[in-house]
Amino acid sequence: MNSIEQKLFEKLTDLHKIPSGAFSLRKNGVTEFSSTKEIEIVKKQDKNGIDIIIQPNVKGKSVHIPVIITVGGLNDIVYNDFYIGENSDVFIVAGCGIHNATCKTSLHNGLHTFHVGKNAKVKYIERHVGEGDGEGEKILNPVTKVFLQEGSHMIMETTQLGGVTSTLRKTLATVKDNAKLTIQENILTTSNQIAKTQFKVNLVGKSSGVEVISHSVARDNSFQEFKSDVIGKNECFGHVECDGILLDNARIISIPKVDAKCKEASLVHEAAIGKIAGDELVKLMTLGLSQKEAEEVIIQGFLLGN
Amino acid sequence: MLKLENLHYNTTENGKIKEIIKGIDLTFDNGKTYVITGPNGSGKSTLVKLIIGILNLSQGQIYLNDLNLSPLSIDKRAKEGITFAFQKPVTFKGIKVKELLDIASGKKNNVGESCEYLASVGLCAKDYLDRNFDDKLSGGEQKRIELAMALAKGGKINIFDEPEAGIDLWSFENLTKLFSSMKTSINIIVSHQQKILELADEVIMLKDGKVERKGNYQDIKPFLSENKCRMLN
Repeated sequence: MNSIEQKLFEKLTDLHKIPSGAFSLRKNGVTEFSSTKEIEIVKKQDKNGIDIIIQPNVKGKSVHIPVIITVGGLNDIVYNDFYIGENSDVFIVAGCGIHNATCKTSLHNGLHTFHVGKNAKVKYIERHVGEGDGEGEKILNPVTKVFLQEGSHMIMETTQLGGVTSTLRKTLATVKDNAKLTIQENILTTSNQIAKTQFKVNLVGKSSGVEVISHSVARDNSFQEFKSDVIGKNECFGHVECDGILLDNARIISIPKVDAKCKEASLVHEAAIGKIAGDELVKLMTLGLSQKEAEEVIIQGFLLGN
Repeated sequence: MLKLENLHYNTTENGKIKEIIKGIDLTFDNGKTYVITGPNGSGKSTLVKLIIGILNLSQGQIYLNDLNLSPLSIDKRAKEGITFAFQKPVTFKGIKVKELLDIASGKKNNVGESCEYLASVGLCAKDYLDRNFDDKLSGGEQKRIELAMALAKGGKINIFDEPEAGIDLWSFENLTKLFSSMKTSINIIVSHQQKILELADEVIMLKDGKVERKGNYQDIKPFLSENKCRMLN
């Protein structure tokens, strides 16, 4: 990897080199990968993408599948399917870093489908990084489909801290008996960037649950839209929290929908959008920070501190 | 030395000017502890908020030794050595206790130093350093951490707005020790509590936005009960 690729790789994975074990690295449309006995990675024959097959009862293992784009004018669409075996407990790190120094648009659409087996647990981290001085747009449109079998739990953390011109993130989930989906989303937009996220979660199982926590910060003239649609079809619990901080001339829209189709469903949506709380600024200023420094500390904590 | 000269603070209510602080002159000497007391609405919290700059003076000047603090912003006053512990601690989303202690100290504390600050307010550091300073902490925990931040910051003038409020189980003895350990600076404490009033080198009693009387605790004591009756009536 050259220095630009290395930097993107580190931002996406927190790793300094390609790890041993199962991994996949997709660089400017070309994928290299390796499997282990417990985690098999298979290239799809009919389209771009891979299948990641994790055997049952695999515990404490991780898979990194970053995507790096360092050229302009690339239109990259990838289909990745994850099969997580019953009773497994694994950690998956994905994400896409675009360094576009050209005037042509670079686009990556990652379509991920998770089949989480009974009583399996998966923590999925997805980071988006955009950089480069070129005028070319950096566009990321991920779609994540999740099927949670009985007793399983998926924790999904998605982070996009500026640099991406435009993003539309769709997450669709079906949650069965005693299964739970936890989503933490952190988004920062600056300049004229646009970020839209849409969640649709079907709570079909008894004692199924979903928790979505979205923290967004919109600066300059950027625009964000948060749409959630939680459908309770059984005795279930759903909690959606959308917190947004607005600066400059930015705009955030939160559109909640909770649809209880069963009287035992308990669904909550909370949304709060506004400027940085004055008392938080004042407190940090009494500790010696300037207003600007205090704003940064509050925003960093809000986006990364959970 | 801290000197308040002819402080006034007005607000506007329904288009009418309301005087909250009506000409206060006070001098605070180094190495002494002052307790500001008085009935609710007498202007105690307003007065200390004017000193740190959370509220802006309508008239008057504040001097720290020869430096006029009045035109300075909150952070500049903090850097000059004014430390302020809030009556109701302000919590955050996603900022850890350790980070706040570092910000307060103006440097990265090592674990030992951070532990010391928390131990001084009766908290076990390993339970708190990596926790977010948010609403999930109880009121008492928040209050102790607020005091730990003040300790970590230190300063020439330490202002505590009702430090005992919300601390139910923690003994006043520990709080007393905390203030005694800061004897080299000026401590200004807003309080109603007898045990805190007893700590004072000088008690300043406010009423209706003015200094009604000041003196040592024994001198002021008879008037405190009178004040209390008035408050209850």
